[in-house]
Amino acid sequence: MKKITFTNAFFVLVFSFNSYAMDGREIMKDVIQASYYQGQDVRANAHMTIIDQQGRERIRALTLLRRNMEDSGNQKYYVYFNKPSDVKKMVFMAWKNSKKEDDRWLYLPALDLVKRIAASDDRTSFVGSHFYYEDVSGRGLDEDNHQLVSEDEIQYVIKSQPKIAEAVEFSHYKIWVDKETYLPTKIEYYDKNNVVYRIYRLLDTKNIDGNPTVIKAQMEDLRSGGKTITKYSAIVYSQNIPEKIFSERYLRKSPKKYLK
Amino acid sequence: MNRKLIIVYSLMMSNCLSSVFASDFLMENIDGFAEARTSFKPSNDIFQRNVSMAELRLQIGTEQDIGETTLTWVTDFIADSVDNRHEINLESGRGVIDQRQLNISFPLTDNMDVKLGRQILTWGTGDMTFINDLFPKDYQSFFLGRNDEYLKAPSDALKISVFTGLINANVVYTPKFDADRFISGERLSFFDASENTYRDRDNPVEVNKPDEWFEDDEIAIRLYRNIINAEAALYFYDGYWKSPAGVDESSGKRLFPALRVFGASVRSPFATGMANVEAGYYQSDKQSKSNPFLRNSDLRLLLGFEKEIAKELTAGVQYNLTHMLDYSDYLEALSSNFTVNDKNRHVVTVRLTKMLFQQDLKLSIFNFYVLSDKDGYLRFNVLYKLVDNLSVEGGGNYFYGKNNYTSFNQFERNNNMYTAMRFSY
Repeated sequence: MKKITFTNAFFVLVFSFNSYAMDGREIMKDVIQASYYQGQDVRANAHMTIIDQQGRERIRALTLLRRNMEDSGNQKYYVYFNKPSDVKKMVFMAWKNSKKEDDRWLYLPALDLVKRIAASDDRTSFVGSHFYYEDVSGRGLDEDNHQLVSEDEIQYVIKSQPKIAEAVEFSHYKIWVDKETYLPTKIEYYDKNNVVYRIYRLLDTKNIDGNPTVIKAQMEDLRSGGKTITKYSAIVYSQNIPEKIFSERYLRKSPKKYLK
Repeated sequence: MNRKLIIVYSLMMSNCLSSVFASDFLMENIDGFAEARTSFKPSNDIFQRNVSMAELRLQIGTEQDIGETTLTWVTDFIADSVDNRHEINLESGRGVIDQRQLNISFPLTDNMDVKLGRQILTWGTGDMTFINDLFPKDYQSFFLGRNDEYLKAPSDALKISVFTGLINANVVYTPKFDADRFISGERLSFFDASENTYRDRDNPVEVNKPDEWFEDDEIAIRLYRNIINAEAALYFYDGYWKSPAGVDESSGKRLFPALRVFGASVRSPFATGMANVEAGYYQSDKQSKSNPFLRNSDLRLLLGFEKEIAKELTAGVQYNLTHMLDYSDYLEALSSNFTVNDKNRHVVTVRLTKMLFQQDLKLSIFNFYVLSDKDGYLRFNVLYKLVDNLSVEGGGNYFYGKNNYTSFNQFERNNNMYTAMRFSY
């Protein structure tokens, strides 16, 4: 009797310990933190090479400013376009709200027009690339159920299934997470027939001011055969970008100090 | 001796210029495009030529920063085989140069910005529909088939912006009235109901435009702030009707009567789309009530909604009402041979934009339909980016309706198709 109780207690202890250490949601929370919330704020240049199935290349070059408004919560983004020439000086601004739809604006310099835009489907192309808007700004932690499926010394593998299946084009995705940096090294998106159709690959990272940072990543669309490679450079963390930068004033007059 | 000096000087200059051109510095600070654009009329319009536009346009723009001050310079150089007037008119944008922007901007204090000089100004919530945006429009470019950005004509103005936690304000002072680049008949013909005749290049309307510096000036004010999710704004304008809105009885010249506008707008996310409401009270010249030759005061209302209805497909709908005030006075004063304007003018606009092939192909249509006049105006455009810097486009402007005197159908003879190729650098 006593022995049984001991065994039970041991099992309970081990089980609960394991469930704590291996909880998929907890890992994903750290993944989101590492991918989208490093530093109080950040500025970076993003250079995207969009390659279609025939190997033709398109370039997007933009400067990105991001400020965290609260821990793992609301953020503000300012995206200034440098290339291609026809969109140069355009600005996209988003206030990412964790509890409601994002607020978004587009500034068209030739018309001096500040256009507030409706929150669109987050899973559509970001500036014509193979990355989705959501890949750039982050997907809500609790939009999916995260399950740890395997683990070795260097990585976790998590399977995430959407809570609202109709809201997205994937049936689930599998994500490989580096245990040291909590950055995803690979993400496979599966369609409703359980076939992989879209793959994210981390190509290079760098430690910047103590923050493990993605400096090269690729998104491949297996259906069309196209892919986009994004390189990040001139990354500066926590230089205290003022909140006022993320306002109509600076849409109309770009904050050169932070964009240079 | 002089000649030698000139040669030496030009050699030095060209040397200097070529080294500047060779450097990345210049290319980083200069941008713009070169464009060829033609538009033609499918129907045979005996009043105007069949080719309504055949122009080469080179835009050169630069932004230079000196400390906190920014100098912005954007000039268009135009070679147009249709418009045979080549002398430069910076106000109308006619001739070989259209100076789009030439201004300096700088912060005056930590929460105050100043922008002085030639600039493009836009505010308000409408989509190609303007109530409280009384900055000059270029309807000639709009109807001819130039890029949408040319709907905005530049203003020569001083803009002061103040930002406080409570409210933000813009004050724009234009020392000399900047009219719209309106349809006069010269470049685009129209049916002139008041004269019961077509106006064309041999018979354009003549205007008497307020043009005294600091006398015939304009002031436009916007106060705005966010209220939870919504962007709310109040507007005030004191100046003149931007396009002719009256006739001088004795000379027959078109007038720009005095105008004051009081308005407000709200724009907010709504039902996973974006909704906007804008209203304005147009207070026309005091004499307009009794004078049938001056446009009456009116009330304007705009309701709009835009939403992504499918992947890469956005739809926008607007309803725009113009309600004429003092209508009975207007009817009474009107002589019998005049076309009677409706008391309420209802306009519905629909916009559809579809992006395809990683957003390289853009299809768009925009239609104005005037319920009260049963006429309308359809704009359509197909734009394809061949490579990053090179795009081709085609489209058309189609005016339709029952009667030749209604607001859009009076331009029916300008129906056109256009093509363009643009290289951006």
